[in-house]
Amino acid sequence: MALWGMVIDLDRCTGCQACVMACKAENNVPAVGSKEAHKGRVISWMQVLTETDEEHHAEKVRFIPRPCLQCDDPPCTKVCPVYATYRNPEGIVAQIYARCIGCRFCMAACPYNAKYFNWYTYQKEGQGQNPDVSLRGKGVVEKCTFCHHRLQKARARALAEKRELEPNEYVPACAEACPAQAIVFGDLSDPGSEVSRLARSPRAFKLQEELGTKPKVIYLTEGEGGG
Amino acid sequence: MADIRDAHEDILLAPIEKTGRGFYIGVAVLSVFILWGALAYAVQFFEGLGVTGLHQPVGWGFYVTNFVFFIGISHAGTLISAILRLSKAEWRRPITRMAEVITCMVLFIGAGQILVDLGRPDRMMNVLRYGRYQSPLLWDATSISAYLMASLTYLYLPMIPDIAILRDRLKKRKLFYSVLALGWKGTERQQRALNRAIAIMAVLVIPIAISVHSVVSFVFSMTLQPMWHSTIFGPYFVVGAIFSGIAALIVAMIVFRKIYGLHPYLKPIHFRYLGQLLLIMALLWFYFTFSEYLTGYYGAQPEEMKVFWAKFSGPFWPFFWAMVLCNFIIPLACLVRLGQRTVGKVLTASLAVIVGMWLERFIIIVPTLSYPRLPFPEGIYLPTWVEWGETAGSFGLFALFYLLFTKFFPIISIWEIREGREVGVKEVEERLMSYLPDEAEKRT
Repeated sequence: MALWGMVIDLDRCTGCQACVMACKAENNVPAVGSKEAHKGRVISWMQVLTETDEEHHAEKVRFIPRPCLQCDDPPCTKVCPVYATYRNPEGIVAQIYARCIGCRFCMAACPYNAKYFNWYTYQKEGQGQNPDVSLRGKGVVEKCTFCHHRLQKARARALAEKRELEPNEYVPACAEACPAQAIVFGDLSDPGSEVSRLARSPRAFKLQEELGTKPKVIYLTEGEGGG
Repeated sequence: MADIRDAHEDILLAPIEKTGRGFYIGVAVLSVFILWGALAYAVQFFEGLGVTGLHQPVGWGFYVTNFVFFIGISHAGTLISAILRLSKAEWRRPITRMAEVITCMVLFIGAGQILVDLGRPDRMMNVLRYGRYQSPLLWDATSISAYLMASLTYLYLPMIPDIAILRDRLKKRKLFYSVLALGWKGTERQQRALNRAIAIMAVLVIPIAISVHSVVSFVFSMTLQPMWHSTIFGPYFVVGAIFSGIAALIVAMIVFRKIYGLHPYLKPIHFRYLGQLLLIMALLWFYFTFSEYLTGYYGAQPEEMKVFWAKFSGPFWPFFWAMVLCNFIIPLACLVRLGQRTVGKVLTASLAVIVGMWLERFIIIVPTLSYPRLPFPEGIYLPTWVEWGETAGSFGLFALFYLLFTKFFPIISIWEIREGREVGVKEVEERLMSYLPDEAEKRT
């Protein structure tokens, strides 16, 4: 069984936010409006965090695109009282919107703040939405799913055509949109895949690796060993 | 003898027999708070949690603070009453019921906070249908419901003889009291069974009470978040709970002493003893707080230090230092010498502790969420009128429940006071004699 993972090369990332916009369009992530944004309620499954270098104060800024890290040992799933969030067999941390009771315990437990809450009903069904992704009503938590619907679609297509799923048939929207090709997606359980190869790079690191959450989003540091 | 008995019954039954204007004014005032809370919740229910000041990353605010606070207050009652009963503290007699009522009433309010906090309260039953026992929230649900059942039983059992008095003496609500009195006649066999049942419940209730606030703390300490992930949290929360519980009990005692004229029962000595207990808890609380913060500071992990400094000198300093003032400095100043003006000093300390312990819960929950590990946009949490309303409504509802209880049942146990006079005095003397060495035979 595949183990889906992602490598993000920080050396290539320009901080252009194309991944953020592609994700929003793909996953019907609501635009909350400026008033809500000021209150700190932006929903952005993929979010570009900026980190200033502590040693060279404010001289260097680092962009860290942060989707859900799809931890193999996720702190968020353990605390959910109703199994509304869980790690599926292919390593994707899923969220069942129809079951979530909105207690926000998973948000409090996630060390990466990768989960978002619908404080209001932010959107209704309308034009321009992706029919493959369900809308989230008020009061539930949502998160990046590695564009799981794309996997389901690709798999259905392969099944209909009576063949195996090709490795590059399933790519999340953010990886597809990145103009600098900083995001590489693939099967981490296949040692020959590009994502596995990059994950073994000496430049590879994981966010807050010491917490033992085993993220499946792996970063490559900037060239000169900074960070 | 008969006269004394009747005089006591008269005083203690007076609030049930007669209802004055003060009661209606009290209910009216509390109703204003409750209505404010109800309105706030209605708006939140239809609009969404967006009407609160919560946001990302501070997803928990007043409601969770209130939850921890109210569940903490619940330790006033059953736990303290059980400990006093088991340790045969004779001065407990006029206090135990007041304490137990606090527990039962406040548990409903505390558990309700979680429902208010839910984004989808309509899916509440999912917790039973799909309950995941790995989640500390399920531990809370289990522990709190067990505590509620045990506390209700523990409140009810010692009330049976008093309900029988009400049944026999009162002219109203005959059926109600007859059913609840369970045919109590006060025979020796009944009394023995009752004493045994109370003793069993007293033992049973202590571990349950301790489990309650331990698992409440586990909601925080089981996560990996800075300054939450701490092994000390279980006992720290339990100590804080008992601390705030005693303070709430003292305030309730002073209020009802005043409005129902219970001065003959609640004497300065009771307040002195409770005040001393409060002082011990203040010292214990300080010890735990000191250990907790010193450990964090000495280890000096960057993520922990961000939260640490936010509390000490950052945006949260007013709350942090107000907490230290209310929970340690004021109680210490008030309670060390209780010789004179006991009641006033104890009341001041208790009110301070109630405020301080609420702040403590707040200062544990919000700063950690405000300073996440990753360079995430930080936000300051400012509650809106909705959270204030809900909080006011919760306090109002608690006070109303308590007030209504005193209109149906005597707030001081009539039979236990009588038992103290008739049996307790002799028992204590015998017990005291049994502690002493046997009298030496006189030398001749």
